[in-house]
Amino acid sequence: MTANLVSILMGGVFHAAVLFLVAAGLQVVFGVQKIFNLACGSFYALGAYAGVSAVGYFTGHGGSPALFIVPLALGGLAVGLVGVVVERGLLRFVYDRDETFQLLLTFALVLMLEDLIRMTWGTAPVSTGGLYLTYGQAHLLGATVPVYNLIVIAASLAIALAIGWLLTRTAFGRIIRASADNREMAEALGVDMRWVYVRVFTLGTMLGTLGGALVIPATAAMSEMGIELIVEAFAVVVIGGLGSMRGAFVGALVVGILRSVAISVYPELEMLLIYLIVIAVLLWRPRGLFGAVAA
Amino acid sequence: MRTAVVLVLVAVAIVALPLVAPAYYVTLMLPFMAYGVVLLGLNLLFGYTGLVSFGHALFIGIGAYTGAVLTTRFGMRQMELILLAAALAAAAVAAPVGALCVRYVKIYFGMLTLAFGMVFYTFLLKFYRLTGGDEGMRLLRPYLLGQSWEGFSKTAYLIGPYYYFSVVILALATLLMWRVVRSPFGLCLRTIRDNPLKAESLGVSVPRFRWYAFMISAVYAAVGGALLATPTGNVDPTLAYWTHSGNIVFMVLLGGFASFFGPLLGAFVFIFLQDTVMSVFPYWRLVFGAMLAALVIFAPGGLMGLFARRLPVEVSRG
Repeated sequence: MTANLVSILMGGVFHAAVLFLVAAGLQVVFGVQKIFNLACGSFYALGAYAGVSAVGYFTGHGGSPALFIVPLALGGLAVGLVGVVVERGLLRFVYDRDETFQLLLTFALVLMLEDLIRMTWGTAPVSTGGLYLTYGQAHLLGATVPVYNLIVIAASLAIALAIGWLLTRTAFGRIIRASADNREMAEALGVDMRWVYVRVFTLGTMLGTLGGALVIPATAAMSEMGIELIVEAFAVVVIGGLGSMRGAFVGALVVGILRSVAISVYPELEMLLIYLIVIAVLLWRPRGLFGAVAA
Repeated sequence: MRTAVVLVLVAVAIVALPLVAPAYYVTLMLPFMAYGVVLLGLNLLFGYTGLVSFGHALFIGIGAYTGAVLTTRFGMRQMELILLAAALAAAAVAAPVGALCVRYVKIYFGMLTLAFGMVFYTFLLKFYRLTGGDEGMRLLRPYLLGQSWEGFSKTAYLIGPYYYFSVVILALATLLMWRVVRSPFGLCLRTIRDNPLKAESLGVSVPRFRWYAFMISAVYAAVGGALLATPTGNVDPTLAYWTHSGNIVFMVLLGGFASFFGPLLGAFVFIFLQDTVMSVFPYWRLVFGAMLAALVIFAPGGLMGLFARRLPVEVSRG
């Protein structure tokens, strides 16, 4: 019984760890640029494919399988640099437009990235092969949990702490928070918004691509994974509150664990339950658990 | 006057098309007309009321599944009754959903509609004893005007009676919507879009009118959804998926949301361009994504906006 419960819980926390990364990317972009980035799921898919390719290249050139996590993470982070291109090439033209158009522009990205992935990697699912259990299994209160999952959970926690440190303890973090609060005032004080936007968006993109890369040894990359994940990330940020990092953290845990519990108790409920919670949160507390002000 | 001439020419072309064009192009007109009905309704919400729904595929799904359930489970094959049932089902769902959604505007309205859309999608996907799950359900060929058209092959049925049935439905939907947007009610909606505070102070109940607009657009979407599913003969949950909602908003933007006929043009161009692109290049999403990005950046008024050479006022943030 305990064993069962622990494995359900750990499965949920693993999913939450990945969801947090994507949702954190969504939050930082929404907080500063006020754009709800539908393409964050597509970045996640892109990261997953890049991770698979990087690992394939690494092991194909004699790299030790035990070190596969290094090219995996690097591949995920590197492809996140596409954020620079997207921000400079597309988003910067629409900052003063109505949010409908900003939303539609990110939807255009969703469409383009989905097919770019199909063109580059084909339509068949790709995976890293049998590397998932390279690090073995750990025994926790009678349940077996892949050590890899624990590494990802730890990495996600470390990133959460690093983001917290970045936002509260560094000059760049202060600029981010100032821009999120009052863009005009920050500009008047000499902050170059172009510089802030391109960095913030790239940071958001890299969080998403890293999340995709880290999840992939446990599953397989498919071209639809992005459009499926975005609705979960969306649930996370609505529950947590738009623009809030703490909200992304708590929201990811809520969604990850609830989903895991629902799957084992009553599979039909899986995502239905999550969306019903989203609706309830939007109706009773539209700013979410940790959001600042409702629009 | 010029508009009237263009309209008459278009109407003649549509009626004459099955007599001159190859069957393939005639069958492509069917999704155009179905989406035309959907988009007329969607634009009442988007263009006229200023609310962008990212979950409208929910109502397309309701219309399509109403057709499937009625024809396969209840043996009710009359298309007129199917459309009526689809409209009633959509209104029954849209009444509570709309009442909740219209309490919010902008991004929160979009998110709430998206969440409701995904609830319905998940329901269709997971409760497969009722809905057939990801395989969906069959939709048997409906009777038109009480006739079964048994002697017709599938293509002959689609390019003959079903084509003209769709033309009539689209024409009725267009006329009705024209009356709606020209009425005092339509004027109220535009006032709400441009200045909700002023509308409120003039005595217009803003949430109530938004709710009416939501209901009307949901009914249109369901009627369009039932029309859309009949030619394929099969319905599946992707009809209600959020990307489908995104695509129909895309169609409205493509044609031009600031114009009454813009959405119809958008549906037409979308369907035929998608078919052309797919025949030479399998990655239509890449092409259409680039096209959408270019539209948003350079021509937010859509194709009609290019003709009119005048940017609609509501494009920039007020």
